[in-house]
Amino acid sequence: MRTLSVAEGVAWRVLHNVFTNPSLLIPSLIFPLFFFTAFAGGLSRIDQVPGFDYPPGYTAFQFVFVLLQSAAFGGVFTGFGIARDFESGFGRRLLLAAPHRSGIVLGYAAAALVRWLVTAAVVTVVALLVGMNVGGSSVDLVGLYLAAILWATGVALRLRTMQAGPVMQMPVFLLLFFAPVYVPLALLQGWIHNVATYNPITRVLEAGRGFLAGSPTEVGLAFALAAALVLGFSLWALRGLRSAEHAG
Amino acid sequence: MSERFVEQVGQLARRSVVRTARQPANVVFPLVFPLLLLAVNSTGLQSATHLPGFPTDSYLAFALAVPFMQGALFATMNAGTDLARDIQTGFLNRLALTPMRGIALLGGQLGGVMAMTAVQAAVWIAAGLILGVHFAAGVGGIAVLFIFSLLIGLGFGALGAFLALRTGSGEAVQGMFPVFFVFLFISSMAMPRNLIEIKWFQTAATLNPVSYLIEGIRSLIVIGWDAEALALGFGVAILIAVTAITLASVSLRTRLTRS
Repeated sequence: MRTLSVAEGVAWRVLHNVFTNPSLLIPSLIFPLFFFTAFAGGLSRIDQVPGFDYPPGYTAFQFVFVLLQSAAFGGVFTGFGIARDFESGFGRRLLLAAPHRSGIVLGYAAAALVRWLVTAAVVTVVALLVGMNVGGSSVDLVGLYLAAILWATGVALRLRTMQAGPVMQMPVFLLLFFAPVYVPLALLQGWIHNVATYNPITRVLEAGRGFLAGSPTEVGLAFALAAALVLGFSLWALRGLRSAEHAG
Repeated sequence: MSERFVEQVGQLARRSVVRTARQPANVVFPLVFPLLLLAVNSTGLQSATHLPGFPTDSYLAFALAVPFMQGALFATMNAGTDLARDIQTGFLNRLALTPMRGIALLGGQLGGVMAMTAVQAAVWIAAGLILGVHFAAGVGGIAVLFIFSLLIGLGFGALGAFLALRTGSGEAVQGMFPVFFVFLFISSMAMPRNLIEIKWFQTAATLNPVSYLIEGIRSLIVIGWDAEALALGFGVAILIAVTAITLASVSLRTRLTRS
Protein backbone atom coordinates (compact mmCIF):
# COMPACT_ATOMS: atom_id res chain seq x y z
CA MET A 1 0.00 0.00 0.00
CA ARG A 2 2.81 2.38 0.95
CA THR A 3 4.59 1.47 -2.28
CA LEU A 4 1.50 2.43 -4.24
CA SER A 5 1.09 5.77 -2.47
CA VAL A 6 4.76 6.60 -3.21
CA ALA A 7 4.24 5.57 -6.84
CA GLU A 8 1.11 7.69 -7.08
CA GLY A 9 2.89 10.75 -5.67
CA VAL A 10 5.89 10.38 -7.97
CA ALA A 11 3.71 9.70 -11.04
CA TRP A 12 1.46 12.68 -10.32
CA ARG A 13 4.44 15.01 -9.95
CA VAL A 14 6.03 13.81 -13.22
CA LEU A 15 2.76 14.09 -15.15
CA HIS A 16 2.07 17.54 -13.73
CA ASN A 17 5.55 18.66 -14.76
CA VAL A 18 5.24 17.23 -18.27
CA PHE A 19 1.71 18.41 -19.06
CA THR A 20 2.25 21.94 -17.74
CA ASN A 21 5.59 22.43 -19.46
CA PRO A 22 5.35 22.71 -23.27
CA SER A 23 9.12 22.28 -23.70
CA LEU A 24 8.82 18.80 -22.17
CA LEU A 25 5.52 17.83 -23.77
CA ILE A 26 5.88 19.06 -27.35
CA PRO A 27 9.09 17.20 -28.36
CA SER A 28 7.62 13.85 -27.28
CA LEU A 29 4.54 14.55 -29.42
CA ILE A 30 6.26 16.16 -32.41
CA PHE A 31 9.16 13.74 -32.90
CA PRO A 32 7.08 10.60 -33.57
CA LEU A 33 4.84 12.54 -35.94
CA PHE A 34 7.86 13.89 -37.69
CA PHE A 35 9.45 10.46 -38.12
CA PHE A 36 6.12 9.07 -39.28
CA THR A 37 5.88 11.82 -41.91
CA ALA A 38 9.49 11.47 -43.02
CA PHE A 39 9.48 7.66 -43.27
CA ALA A 40 5.95 7.02 -44.53
CA GLY A 41 6.00 10.06 -46.84
CA GLY A 42 9.53 10.01 -48.19
CA LEU A 43 9.93 6.26 -48.56
CA SER A 44 6.42 5.21 -49.62
CA ARG A 45 7.75 3.96 -52.98
CA ILE A 46 9.55 1.19 -51.06
CA ASP A 47 6.35 -0.89 -51.14
CA GLN A 48 7.01 -1.35 -54.86
CA VAL A 49 10.34 -3.06 -54.24
CA PRO A 50 10.16 -6.65 -55.56
CA GLY A 51 9.38 -8.97 -52.66
CA PHE A 52 7.79 -6.32 -50.42
CA ASP A 53 4.63 -8.01 -49.26
CA TYR A 54 2.63 -6.08 -46.67
CA PRO A 55 -0.99 -5.64 -47.75
CA PRO A 56 -1.93 -2.64 -45.53
CA GLY A 57 0.77 -0.59 -47.30
CA TYR A 58 3.89 1.33 -46.35
CA THR A 59 2.11 3.87 -44.10
CA ALA A 60 0.88 1.07 -41.82
CA PHE A 61 4.29 -0.63 -42.04
CA GLN A 62 6.00 2.50 -40.70
CA PHE A 63 3.22 3.28 -38.21
CA VAL A 64 4.14 0.24 -36.10
CA PHE A 65 7.80 1.22 -36.04
CA VAL A 66 7.02 4.83 -35.12
CA LEU A 67 4.72 3.66 -32.34
CA LEU A 68 7.51 1.45 -30.96
CA GLN A 69 9.99 4.27 -31.34
CA SER A 70 7.73 6.72 -29.49
CA ALA A 71 7.38 4.16 -26.70
CA ALA A 72 11.12 3.61 -26.42
CA PHE A 73 12.00 7.28 -26.55
CA GLY A 74 9.18 8.11 -24.15
CA GLY A 75 11.10 5.93 -21.73
CA VAL A 76 14.34 7.73 -22.52
CA PHE A 77 12.68 11.13 -21.98
CA THR A 78 11.49 9.88 -18.61
CA GLY A 79 15.08 8.88 -17.85
CA PHE A 80 16.14 12.47 -18.59
CA GLY A 81 13.55 13.67 -16.07
CA ILE A 82 14.89 11.28 -13.42
CA ALA A 83 18.44 12.44 -14.11
CA ARG A 84 17.30 16.06 -13.77
CA ASP A 85 15.66 15.23 -10.44
CA PHE A 86 18.93 13.78 -9.13
CA GLU A 87 20.98 16.68 -10.48
CA SER A 88 18.75 19.18 -8.72
CA GLY A 89 18.85 17.23 -5.46
CA PHE A 90 15.15 16.36 -5.58
CA GLY A 91 15.94 12.68 -6.10
CA ARG A 92 17.84 12.49 -2.81
CA ARG A 93 14.99 14.16 -0.93
CA LEU A 94 12.66 11.64 -2.55
CA LEU A 95 14.83 8.76 -1.31
CA LEU A 96 14.71 10.20 2.21
CA ALA A 97 10.95 10.72 2.16
CA ALA A 98 9.73 7.51 0.53
CA PRO A 99 9.04 4.67 2.99
CA HIS A 100 9.08 2.13 0.15
CA ARG A 101 11.61 3.16 -2.42
CA SER A 102 10.57 0.69 -5.08
CA GLY A 103 7.48 2.89 -5.39
CA ILE A 104 9.75 5.57 -6.88
CA VAL A 105 10.61 3.36 -9.87
CA LEU A 106 6.98 2.27 -10.18
CA GLY A 107 5.84 5.91 -10.12
CA TYR A 108 8.25 7.01 -12.82
CA ALA A 109 7.23 4.01 -14.96
CA ALA A 110 3.50 4.66 -14.49
CA ALA A 111 3.89 8.34 -15.38
CA ALA A 112 5.85 7.46 -18.50
CA LEU A 113 3.18 4.96 -19.50
CA VAL A 114 0.46 7.61 -19.25
CA ARG A 115 2.66 10.03 -21.15
CA TRP A 116 3.15 7.49 -23.94
CA LEU A 117 -0.58 6.73 -24.11
CA VAL A 118 -1.14 10.39 -24.97
CA THR A 119 1.60 10.30 -27.64
CA ALA A 120 0.29 7.01 -29.03
CA ALA A 121 -3.23 8.42 -29.22
CA VAL A 122 -2.02 11.47 -31.17
CA VAL A 123 0.08 9.37 -33.57
CA THR A 124 -2.80 6.94 -34.10
CA VAL A 125 -5.30 9.71 -34.83
CA VAL A 126 -2.90 11.25 -37.38
CA ALA A 127 -2.29 7.83 -38.97
CA LEU A 128 -6.03 7.24 -39.24
CA LEU A 129 -6.55 10.70 -40.70
CA VAL A 130 -4.06 9.92 -43.47
CA GLY A 131 -6.05 6.81 -44.32
CA MET A 132 -4.40 3.94 -42.48
CA ASN A 133 -6.30 0.82 -41.38
CA VAL A 134 -5.50 -0.15 -37.79
CA GLY A 135 -6.40 -3.42 -36.11
CA GLY A 136 -5.06 -5.85 -33.51
CA SER A 137 -3.46 -5.37 -30.10
CA SER A 138 -0.83 -3.04 -28.71
CA VAL A 139 0.09 -5.08 -25.65
CA ASP A 140 3.50 -5.83 -27.14
CA LEU A 141 4.11 -2.15 -27.64
CA VAL A 142 3.29 -1.46 -24.02
CA GLY A 143 5.74 -4.22 -23.08
CA LEU A 144 8.51 -2.60 -25.08
CA TYR A 145 7.60 0.76 -23.65
CA LEU A 146 7.93 -0.52 -20.10
CA ALA A 147 11.28 -2.06 -21.02
CA ALA A 148 12.50 1.25 -22.41
CA ILE A 149 11.30 3.16 -19.34
CA LEU A 150 12.95 0.73 -16.99
CA TRP A 151 16.20 0.75 -18.98
CA ALA A 152 16.34 4.54 -18.84
CA THR A 153 15.34 4.48 -15.19
CA GLY A 154 18.16 2.07 -14.42
CA VAL A 155 20.77 4.22 -16.16
CA ALA A 156 19.45 7.45 -14.68
CA LEU A 157 19.36 6.08 -11.14
CA ARG A 158 22.89 4.79 -11.48
CA LEU A 159 24.49 7.84 -13.03
CA ARG A 160 22.13 10.49 -11.68
CA THR A 161 23.15 13.14 -14.21
CA MET A 162 21.88 14.54 -17.49
CA GLN A 163 25.30 13.70 -18.92
CA ALA A 164 24.04 10.11 -18.95
CA GLY A 165 21.71 11.11 -21.81
CA PRO A 166 23.74 9.51 -24.62
CA VAL A 167 24.17 6.32 -22.55
CA MET A 168 20.39 6.10 -22.30
CA GLN A 169 19.68 7.00 -25.91
CA MET A 170 22.29 5.03 -27.82
CA PRO A 171 21.35 1.44 -26.86
CA VAL A 172 17.66 2.21 -27.44
CA PHE A 173 18.50 3.75 -30.80
CA LEU A 174 20.64 0.77 -31.81
CA LEU A 175 18.08 -1.78 -30.67
CA LEU A 176 15.37 -0.04 -32.69
CA PHE A 177 17.33 0.59 -35.88
CA PHE A 178 18.97 -2.83 -35.96
CA ALA A 179 15.47 -4.20 -36.59
CA PRO A 180 13.65 -4.30 -39.98
CA VAL A 181 12.78 -0.60 -39.94
CA TYR A 182 12.36 0.13 -43.64
CA VAL A 183 11.65 -3.25 -45.24
CA PRO A 184 10.52 -6.68 -43.99
CA LEU A 185 13.21 -8.95 -42.54
CA ALA A 186 13.26 -11.11 -45.67
CA LEU A 187 14.40 -8.14 -47.78
CA LEU A 188 17.30 -7.19 -45.53
CA GLN A 189 20.69 -8.22 -46.85
CA GLY A 190 24.15 -8.73 -45.35
CA TRP A 191 25.10 -8.20 -41.73
CA ILE A 192 21.98 -6.24 -40.87
CA HIS A 193 19.87 -9.31 -41.71
CA ASN A 194 21.82 -11.43 -39.21
CA VAL A 195 21.67 -8.76 -36.52
CA ALA A 196 17.95 -8.13 -37.10
CA THR A 197 17.20 -11.87 -36.96
CA TYR A 198 18.51 -12.09 -33.39
CA ASN A 199 17.29 -8.65 -32.26
CA PRO A 200 14.32 -9.19 -29.90
CA ILE A 201 12.75 -5.95 -31.14
CA THR A 202 12.34 -7.60 -34.57
CA ARG A 203 9.88 -10.11 -33.09
CA VAL A 204 7.90 -7.36 -31.37
CA LEU A 205 7.92 -5.25 -34.53
CA GLU A 206 6.83 -8.13 -36.76
CA ALA A 207 4.11 -9.15 -34.31
CA GLY A 208 2.83 -5.55 -34.26
CA ARG A 209 2.85 -5.43 -38.05
CA GLY A 210 1.09 -8.79 -38.10
CA PHE A 211 -1.65 -7.47 -35.83
CA LEU A 212 -2.08 -4.43 -38.05
CA ALA A 213 -2.30 -6.61 -41.15
CA GLY A 214 -4.82 -8.88 -39.47
CA SER A 215 -2.50 -11.90 -39.68
CA PRO A 216 -0.77 -12.25 -36.29
CA THR A 217 2.68 -13.85 -36.46
CA GLU A 218 4.99 -15.07 -33.68
CA VAL A 219 2.66 -13.56 -31.07
CA GLY A 220 3.71 -15.94 -28.27
CA LEU A 221 7.41 -15.34 -28.84
CA ALA A 222 6.93 -11.57 -29.06
CA PHE A 223 4.96 -11.49 -25.80
CA ALA A 224 7.56 -13.66 -24.07
CA LEU A 225 10.40 -11.43 -25.27
CA ALA A 226 8.59 -8.26 -24.23
CA ALA A 227 7.89 -9.75 -20.81
CA ALA A 228 11.53 -10.81 -20.46
CA LEU A 229 12.65 -7.29 -21.37
CA VAL A 230 10.35 -5.79 -18.76
CA LEU A 231 11.55 -8.23 -16.11
CA GLY A 232 15.22 -7.72 -16.94
CA PHE A 233 14.97 -3.96 -16.99
CA SER A 234 12.90 -3.93 -13.78
CA LEU A 235 15.80 -5.63 -12.01
CA TRP A 236 18.22 -3.21 -13.68
CA ALA A 237 16.18 -0.21 -12.51
CA LEU A 238 15.83 -1.51 -8.96
CA ARG A 239 19.57 -2.20 -8.73
CA GLY A 240 20.10 1.35 -9.99
CA LEU A 241 17.88 2.59 -7.18
CA ARG A 242 19.99 0.69 -4.66
CA SER A 243 23.11 2.23 -6.19
CA ALA A 244 21.56 5.69 -5.77
CA GLU A 245 20.74 4.90 -2.13
CA HIS A 246 24.32 3.83 -1.42
CA ALA A 247 25.67 6.99 -3.04
CA GLY A 248 23.61 9.01 -0.58
CA MET B 1 46.41 45.96 -40.26
CA SER B 2 45.79 43.03 -42.49
CA GLU B 3 48.56 41.03 -40.78
CA ARG B 4 47.10 41.79 -37.34
CA PHE B 5 43.65 40.85 -38.53
CA VAL B 6 44.91 37.50 -39.81
CA GLU B 7 46.70 36.94 -36.50
CA GLN B 8 43.52 37.73 -34.54
CA VAL B 9 41.50 35.34 -36.69
CA GLY B 10 44.19 32.68 -36.31
CA GLN B 11 44.27 33.01 -32.52
CA LEU B 12 40.51 32.74 -32.20
CA ALA B 13 40.31 29.87 -34.70
CA ARG B 14 42.95 28.05 -32.66
CA ARG B 15 40.95 28.69 -29.50
CA SER B 16 37.81 27.36 -31.19
CA VAL B 17 39.56 24.18 -32.36
CA VAL B 18 41.25 23.56 -29.00
CA ARG B 19 37.98 24.11 -27.17
CA THR B 20 36.24 21.55 -29.38
CA ALA B 21 39.13 19.08 -29.15
CA ARG B 22 39.09 19.26 -25.35
CA GLN B 23 35.52 18.00 -25.27
CA PRO B 24 35.70 14.47 -26.70
CA ALA B 25 31.89 14.29 -26.93
CA ASN B 26 31.97 17.23 -29.37
CA VAL B 27 34.46 15.40 -31.59
CA VAL B 28 33.42 11.77 -31.32
CA PHE B 29 29.63 12.11 -31.43
CA PRO B 30 29.49 14.15 -34.69
CA LEU B 31 31.77 11.53 -36.27
CA VAL B 32 30.27 8.34 -34.87
CA PHE B 33 26.56 9.15 -35.09
CA PRO B 34 26.44 9.89 -38.85
CA LEU B 35 28.54 6.78 -39.55
CA LEU B 36 26.18 4.69 -37.47
CA LEU B 37 23.16 6.07 -39.31
CA LEU B 38 24.94 5.50 -42.61
CA ALA B 39 25.60 1.87 -41.69
CA VAL B 40 22.00 1.28 -40.63
CA ASN B 41 20.32 3.10 -43.52
CA SER B 42 22.61 1.86 -46.29
CA THR B 43 22.01 -1.77 -45.35
CA GLY B 44 18.34 -1.37 -44.40
CA LEU B 45 17.45 0.41 -47.62
CA GLN B 46 19.71 -1.49 -50.04
CA SER B 47 16.62 -3.11 -51.59
CA ALA B 48 15.40 0.38 -52.62
CA THR B 49 18.05 0.25 -55.38
CA HIS B 50 15.82 -2.32 -57.15
CA LEU B 51 13.24 0.39 -57.82
CA PRO B 52 13.09 1.32 -61.50
CA GLY B 53 14.92 4.60 -62.05
CA PHE B 54 17.08 4.43 -58.91
CA PRO B 55 20.37 6.07 -59.93
CA THR B 56 22.79 3.47 -58.49
CA ASP B 57 22.91 -0.14 -57.38
CA SER B 58 24.63 0.78 -54.11
CA TYR B 59 22.51 2.49 -51.46
CA LEU B 60 25.72 3.13 -49.51
CA ALA B 61 27.00 5.35 -52.35
CA PHE B 62 23.61 7.05 -52.52
CA ALA B 63 23.47 7.64 -48.76
CA LEU B 64 27.09 8.78 -48.37
CA ALA B 65 25.99 12.36 -49.08
CA VAL B 66 23.93 12.43 -45.88
CA PRO B 67 26.77 12.45 -43.30
CA PHE B 68 28.14 15.59 -44.97
CA MET B 69 24.85 17.34 -44.21
CA GLN B 70 24.65 15.90 -40.71
CA GLY B 71 28.18 17.20 -40.16
CA ALA B 72 26.97 20.65 -41.24
CA LEU B 73 24.11 20.35 -38.76
CA PHE B 74 26.53 19.60 -35.95
CA ALA B 75 28.72 22.50 -37.15
CA THR B 76 25.75 24.81 -36.74
CA MET B 77 25.03 23.58 -33.26
CA ASN B 78 28.65 23.57 -32.07
CA ALA B 79 29.46 27.00 -33.49
CA GLY B 80 26.28 28.46 -32.06
CA THR B 81 26.62 26.85 -28.64
CA ASP B 82 30.28 27.86 -28.26
CA LEU B 83 29.61 31.45 -29.24
CA ALA B 84 26.53 31.59 -26.99
CA ARG B 85 28.72 30.37 -24.12
CA ASP B 86 31.17 33.20 -24.88
CA ILE B 87 28.29 35.64 -24.62
CA GLN B 88 26.86 34.08 -21.45
CA THR B 89 30.23 33.92 -19.67
CA GLY B 90 31.07 37.53 -20.59
CA PHE B 91 34.01 36.58 -22.84
CA LEU B 92 32.55 38.63 -25.68
CA ASN B 93 32.23 41.66 -23.42
CA ARG B 94 35.85 41.37 -22.33
CA LEU B 95 36.88 40.94 -25.95
CA ALA B 96 35.02 44.13 -26.84
CA LEU B 97 37.41 46.02 -24.51
CA THR B 98 40.45 44.87 -26.51
CA PRO B 99 41.58 46.26 -29.89
CA MET B 100 40.35 43.04 -31.51
CA ARG B 101 38.00 43.65 -34.42
CA GLY B 102 34.56 42.15 -34.09
CA ILE B 103 34.70 40.51 -37.47
CA ALA B 104 37.88 38.68 -36.38
CA LEU B 105 35.83 36.98 -33.70
CA LEU B 106 33.38 35.72 -36.30
CA GLY B 107 36.22 34.73 -38.64
CA GLY B 108 38.00 32.86 -35.87
CA GLN B 109 34.86 31.06 -34.80
CA LEU B 110 34.10 30.02 -38.38
CA GLY B 111 37.75 29.03 -38.91
CA GLY B 112 37.39 26.57 -36.05
CA VAL B 113 34.13 25.22 -37.47
CA MET B 114 35.74 24.74 -40.87
CA ALA B 115 38.67 22.88 -39.34
CA MET B 116 36.18 20.48 -37.75
CA THR B 117 34.27 20.25 -41.04
CA ALA B 118 37.51 19.36 -42.86
CA VAL B 119 38.17 16.52 -40.40
CA GLN B 120 34.61 15.28 -40.82
CA ALA B 121 34.74 15.43 -44.63
CA ALA B 122 38.03 13.52 -44.63
CA VAL B 123 36.45 10.85 -42.40
CA TRP B 124 33.33 10.48 -44.61
CA ILE B 125 35.41 10.25 -47.78
CA ALA B 126 37.79 7.73 -46.17
CA ALA B 127 34.83 5.70 -44.86
CA GLY B 128 33.31 5.64 -48.34
CA LEU B 129 36.57 4.52 -49.92
CA ILE B 130 37.16 1.83 -47.27
CA LEU B 131 33.61 0.52 -47.69
CA GLY B 132 34.10 0.24 -51.44
CA VAL B 133 32.20 3.27 -52.74
CA HIS B 134 33.32 4.20 -56.25
CA PHE B 135 33.44 7.98 -56.57
CA ALA B 136 32.05 8.52 -60.07
CA ALA B 137 33.76 11.91 -60.51
CA GLY B 138 37.19 10.46 -59.66
CA VAL B 139 39.99 12.10 -57.69
CA GLY B 140 39.08 15.55 -58.99
CA GLY B 141 35.54 14.97 -57.81
CA ILE B 142 36.77 14.07 -54.32
CA ALA B 143 38.69 17.37 -54.21
CA VAL B 144 35.58 19.29 -55.30
CA LEU B 145 33.51 17.37 -52.76
CA PHE B 146 35.95 18.40 -50.02
CA ILE B 147 35.76 22.08 -51.03
CA PHE B 148 31.97 21.87 -51.32
CA SER B 149 31.66 20.44 -47.82
CA LEU B 150 33.86 23.24 -46.43
CA LEU B 151 31.57 25.77 -48.10
CA ILE B 152 28.51 24.10 -46.58
CA GLY B 153 30.25 24.01 -43.17
CA LEU B 154 31.03 27.72 -43.48
CA GLY B 155 27.42 28.59 -44.28
CA PHE B 156 25.90 26.46 -41.54
CA GLY B 157 28.57 27.51 -39.01
CA ALA B 158 27.70 31.16 -39.76
CA LEU B 159 24.02 30.29 -39.30
CA GLY B 160 24.83 28.88 -35.86
CA ALA B 161 26.85 31.98 -35.02
CA PHE B 162 23.95 34.20 -36.14
CA LEU B 163 21.54 32.30 -33.89
CA ALA B 164 23.93 32.60 -30.94
CA LEU B 165 24.50 36.31 -31.48
CA ARG B 166 20.80 36.96 -31.97
CA THR B 167 19.63 35.02 -28.90
CA GLY B 168 22.71 35.00 -26.66
CA SER B 169 21.61 31.64 -25.33
CA GLY B 170 23.09 28.19 -25.88
CA GLU B 171 19.77 26.63 -24.97
CA ALA B 172 18.00 28.64 -27.67
CA VAL B 173 20.57 27.50 -30.23
CA GLN B 174 20.09 23.87 -29.17
CA GLY B 175 16.36 24.42 -29.41
CA MET B 176 16.75 25.06 -33.14
CA PHE B 177 18.15 21.55 -33.66
CA PRO B 178 14.73 19.97 -34.39
CA VAL B 179 14.04 22.66 -37.02
CA PHE B 180 17.24 21.85 -38.90
CA PHE B 181 16.49 18.17 -38.45
CA VAL B 182 13.16 18.67 -40.24
CA PHE B 183 14.95 20.36 -43.14
CA LEU B 184 17.28 17.38 -43.37
CA PHE B 185 14.55 14.73 -43.29
CA ILE B 186 12.01 16.46 -45.57
CA SER B 187 14.49 16.43 -48.44
CA SER B 188 15.81 14.01 -51.05
CA MET B 189 17.98 12.52 -48.31
CA ALA B 190 16.57 8.98 -48.53
CA MET B 191 15.08 8.84 -52.02
CA PRO B 192 15.66 10.68 -55.32
CA ARG B 193 13.04 13.41 -55.71
CA ASN B 194 11.57 11.84 -58.86
CA LEU B 195 10.95 8.61 -56.91
CA ILE B 196 9.15 10.24 -53.98
CA GLU B 197 5.57 9.08 -54.39
CA ILE B 198 3.71 11.37 -51.97
CA LYS B 199 3.08 14.58 -53.86
CA TRP B 200 3.26 17.10 -50.99
CA PHE B 201 6.50 15.49 -49.75
CA GLN B 202 8.01 15.75 -53.22
CA THR B 203 7.01 19.43 -53.43
CA ALA B 204 8.44 20.12 -49.95
CA ALA B 205 11.69 18.37 -50.89
CA THR B 206 11.88 20.42 -54.10
CA LEU B 207 11.43 23.67 -52.18
CA ASN B 208 13.92 22.62 -49.51
CA PRO B 209 17.42 24.02 -50.21
CA VAL B 210 18.99 21.08 -48.34
CA SER B 211 17.87 18.79 -51.20
CA TYR B 212 20.14 20.69 -53.62
CA LEU B 213 23.11 20.51 -51.25
CA ILE B 214 22.64 16.75 -50.89
CA GLU B 215 22.14 16.29 -54.63
CA GLY B 216 25.29 18.32 -55.37
CA ILE B 217 27.35 16.06 -53.12
CA ARG B 218 25.60 12.92 -54.37
CA SER B 219 26.18 13.79 -58.01
CA LEU B 220 29.96 13.65 -57.49
CA ILE B 221 29.69 10.23 -55.85
CA VAL B 222 27.00 8.56 -57.95
CA ILE B 223 26.74 10.32 -61.33
CA GLY B 224 30.07 11.99 -62.09
CA TRP B 225 30.32 15.57 -63.32
CA ASP B 226 26.71 16.81 -63.38
CA ALA B 227 26.89 20.52 -64.17
CA GLU B 228 23.27 21.24 -63.18
CA ALA B 229 23.46 19.48 -59.82
CA LEU B 230 26.80 21.14 -59.03
CA ALA B 231 25.63 24.60 -60.11
CA LEU B 232 22.50 24.30 -57.98
CA GLY B 233 24.46 22.85 -55.05
CA PHE B 234 27.20 25.48 -55.09
CA GLY B 235 24.63 28.23 -55.77
CA VAL B 236 22.55 27.28 -52.73
CA ALA B 237 25.65 26.81 -50.54
CA ILE B 238 27.04 30.23 -51.52
CA LEU B 239 23.65 31.86 -50.96
CA ILE B 240 23.36 30.31 -47.48
CA ALA B 241 26.95 31.29 -46.61
CA VAL B 242 26.63 34.90 -47.80
CA THR B 243 23.23 35.40 -46.14
CA ALA B 244 24.29 33.78 -42.85
CA ILE B 245 27.61 35.66 -42.66
CA THR B 246 25.85 38.96 -43.37
CA LEU B 247 23.21 38.28 -40.72
CA ALA B 248 25.86 37.16 -38.22
CA SER B 249 27.98 40.28 -38.89
CA VAL B 250 25.02 42.59 -38.35
CA SER B 251 24.03 40.74 -35.17
CA LEU B 252 27.62 40.86 -33.92
CA ARG B 253 27.70 44.62 -34.40
CA THR B 254 24.43 44.96 -32.46
CA ARG B 255 25.65 42.58 -29.76
CA LEU B 256 28.94 44.49 -29.29
CA THR B 257 27.08 47.80 -29.19
CA ARG B 258 24.77 46.40 -26.51
CA SER B 259 27.82 45.32 -24.57
